[in-house]
Amino acid sequence: MVQVLKSTDAVIVGLGWTGAIMARELTRAGLQVVALERGPDRNPAEDFALPAIRDELRYSVRQELMQDPKMETVTLRHRLDGEARPVRRFGSFLPGDGVGGMGTHWNGNTFRFLPSDHRLRSHLGERYGRASIPEDMTIQDWGVTYEELEPHYSRFEALCGVSGKAGNIAGKIQAGGNPFEGPRSGEYPNAPLVASHANELFRRAAGEIGLHPFPAPASNASAPYVNPEGTQLGACQYCGHCDRFGCEANAKATPLSTLAPSLRQASGFRKVTNAYATRVLYDAKTRRATGVRYIDLRSGETYDQPADIVVLSAWVFGNTRLMLLSGIGEPYDARTGKGVVGKNYCYQIQPTVQAFFKDEELNPFMGAGGLGMVVDDFNGDNFDHAKLGFFGGGYISQNSTNGRPISFRPTPPGTPAWGAAWKRETANWYRRTATMLCEGTNYPNRTNALDLDPTYRDMFGQPLLRMTFNFTQNDRTMADFLLGKAADIGRAMNATIVAPQPRKGDFNVVSYQSSHNTGGTIMGHTPADSVVNRYLQSWDAHNVFVLGSSVFPQNAGYNPTAAAAAVTYWCADALVKQYLKAPAPLVQL
Amino acid sequence: MLDRRGFMLSGGVLALTQTDATAAVDAGPDKSSAAAQTSAAAEPLYALTAGEAEVLTAVVDAFIPADDLSPSGSDCGVVVFIDRQLAGSYGAGARLYQDGPFQPSNGQVQFGPQSPLAPLQFIQLGIAELDAWSTANSGTPVKQLPKPELNALLQQLESGKIALPRIDARAFFGALLQLAMEGFFADPIYGGNRDKASWRMIGYPGLPATYAKAIRQYRGRRYQAEPRSIADFL
Ligand SMILES: Cc1cc2nc3c(=O)[nH]c(=O)nc-3n(C[C@H](O)[C@H](O)[C@H](O)COP(=O)(O)OP(=O)(O)OC[C@H]3O[C@@H](n4cnc5c(N)ncnc54)[C@H](O)[C@@H]3O)c2cc1C
Ligand code: SF4
Repeated sequence: MVQVLKSTDAVIVGLGWTGAIMARELTRAGLQVVALERGPDRNPAEDFALPAIRDELRYSVRQELMQDPKMETVTLRHRLDGEARPVRRFGSFLPGDGVGGMGTHWNGNTFRFLPSDHRLRSHLGERYGRASIPEDMTIQDWGVTYEELEPHYSRFEALCGVSGKAGNIAGKIQAGGNPFEGPRSGEYPNAPLVASHANELFRRAAGEIGLHPFPAPASNASAPYVNPEGTQLGACQYCGHCDRFGCEANAKATPLSTLAPSLRQASGFRKVTNAYATRVLYDAKTRRATGVRYIDLRSGETYDQPADIVVLSAWVFGNTRLMLLSGIGEPYDARTGKGVVGKNYCYQIQPTVQAFFKDEELNPFMGAGGLGMVVDDFNGDNFDHAKLGFFGGGYISQNSTNGRPISFRPTPPGTPAWGAAWKRETANWYRRTATMLCEGTNYPNRTNALDLDPTYRDMFGQPLLRMTFNFTQNDRTMADFLLGKAADIGRAMNATIVAPQPRKGDFNVVSYQSSHNTGGTIMGHTPADSVVNRYLQSWDAHNVFVLGSSVFPQNAGYNPTAAAAAVTYWCADALVKQYLKAPAPLVQL
Repeated sequence: MLDRRGFMLSGGVLALTQTDATAAVDAGPDKSSAAAQTSAAAEPLYALTAGEAEVLTAVVDAFIPADDLSPSGSDCGVVVFIDRQLAGSYGAGARLYQDGPFQPSNGQVQFGPQSPLAPLQFIQLGIAELDAWSTANSGTPVKQLPKPELNALLQQLESGKIALPRIDARAFFGALLQLAMEGFFADPIYGGNRDKASWRMIGYPGLPATYAKAIRQYRGRRYQAEPRSIADFL
């Protein structure tokens, strides 16, 4: 039996980065907010304390802080006529779970997208002619511009105490920053992190071959920092246990470290943990949502939480799946190209180059989540694509994030994976290898999409989300191009061995690439091309708002969280300043 | 007085668990030293049979042979590690989606293993199949194979040249190698990586991992420290 709870102003599904930001903004505006989170609550002081938090096996390999696929996973097929198989253990991407979401165990790279990323179809059309965009590449403009988002990017950076060096302040190029970035309103809140030796080798080499290296902007505070919420962050210890772990030093910006203290004090805020949302309660006749149904994972009981406003912040898979399960918006059909929910699912392609140095000591175990030296010369449309045969690009960086030995044990090409020779090479190179990462774009393709799986179910018997995905020729050509450039840098670093590691073959869910999935509930200009309008408001239910990278029409060559947070602030602004006064569609057609 | 942990580490359990397992492991090939035999036998088995542990010992020592860089895999406790992992929640299939229908992977490794078995049963079946294959094809069970033959067998398994009747041979090899490496490189609290042998071998300092000053001070210079485990902080 379903128990109906007392109605509230707003219900939020998922309490990661975007959900926590929205909860903060709505309670600030005086609303009563209930946040449903399927995972547990977390208490950093206890849960992330030394020495237990430095356990590579438990957190990194066995993925203790992440989504449990036993309860819910996704299925994959590479092409429309293929048979999907469930992702039985997460590998390539690692969805979050629990208060803080993925933001608990992210790395902290906090990049803004390029202005052109936010209006990609227009931009490429203007520069190369509209006919140059392949028919199957279903890119589009976001509907909101970089200029409109700039204050919101700045707000997120201030919240996180991002450590970095500006490259473009109000149109003036700044030495040592990224000359390709969009104009910023100001400097970063904190100075860059201390560069590692590998970072320095990269910086020197990239500069020598005419590129423009800059320190990666990182939500790992380089010094103690108090954010605008009044919460205190500690200084990063370069512990090398950032990604996949909680931060013992409270230096990594997470929803728990930056927003939870304010939310705890907000009288209008209530979080319900172990609450698994299964439906948005949707009245198709009035085209309004009436609330959210969820299952209490401890008691097994089902509840309806009525609300005037429904916010989906359950990340890419959760948002898309809830829309499909609830019948909001027309599901996308990849064969006909009709419908929108599930369309433009994108990922990233991330080849790497290993540079081995016989005479350098690199101490790979010293590192921080966002500790990197980056070049952006080959990202987005920062370089001329006229004769290249592909669109897109990515940043190339030397990341010194961790040297945890279960997972990081580089050996030169040709080394066996075990035995005496493997041991010798492992011992020889562990301390002397720098990895260069190419963070490659992924532009949508007509056939890459999400829908409900006809066969496989979650633990409550509901259809899993099915992913139809493979890399396209555009992605592969782009990735090879980036890899060549990264190898050039490796050679300029005077590495003894430069070993490019291309991503070959069909998309693989086993080896980690990134958790930078996007799309499924994309934003745009009309109900025909998008699920939500430029304010992230559902075209089909004006009181439903969808947050996070699921609204990106295509992916960029950057980590997505700053952009996801920026559109969340943008949405909250519209919600509070416009929608609350007159609840109605914010975009009239 | 020795606490339980000290007791186990000191080899005190050996006398209590002197079983067929101990005798059998002692009889295994290529044991380099008496000390090695003691440490390999000093822990009880929780999930695997003595016979299974013998096969694993041979395989793990092929993966991680003893040399001047480190003791062998089994001497570092890797078999103990694998046994404990398989006896616990991981072995029972924690964080593994196990609903059907199950489709054979047909060599499509991109989807990850698709077996209906939980890791404990998967590894057990794999060990049995591999041992049977070895016996059928060379007349010798795995634990008695001379080193070069064992290495050759594992290479064939790795490259997909051996098909086992009831299990995806390459997935089995992959799982075994992954578990062995986890055991060798994980924090010693899990029973492997004894005396932090692998961390010493590569120069990984373990905990506490606070390098706020060191990252600048040791730029380009080797940072050397006695490696420390989680247990060293309790
Ligand atoms: C190892 C790792 C490293 C990363 N590093 C970076 C980086 O350096 N830079 C960067 O920009 N990004 C990084 N990311 C990605 C980043 O963490 C995400 O982009 C970001 O956290 C997404 O925020 P979100 O609010 O959209 O989703 P999340 O933070 O994942 O929050 C979604 C929440 O919804 C909950 N939920 C889902 N479904 C339901 C349901 N049905 N009912 C109730 N609750 C539900 C989930 O449990 C989760 O808590 C990394 C991710 C990982 C895994
Ligand atoms: S590297 Fe820095 S920010 Fe990351 S977990 Fe360690 S101390 Fe925290």
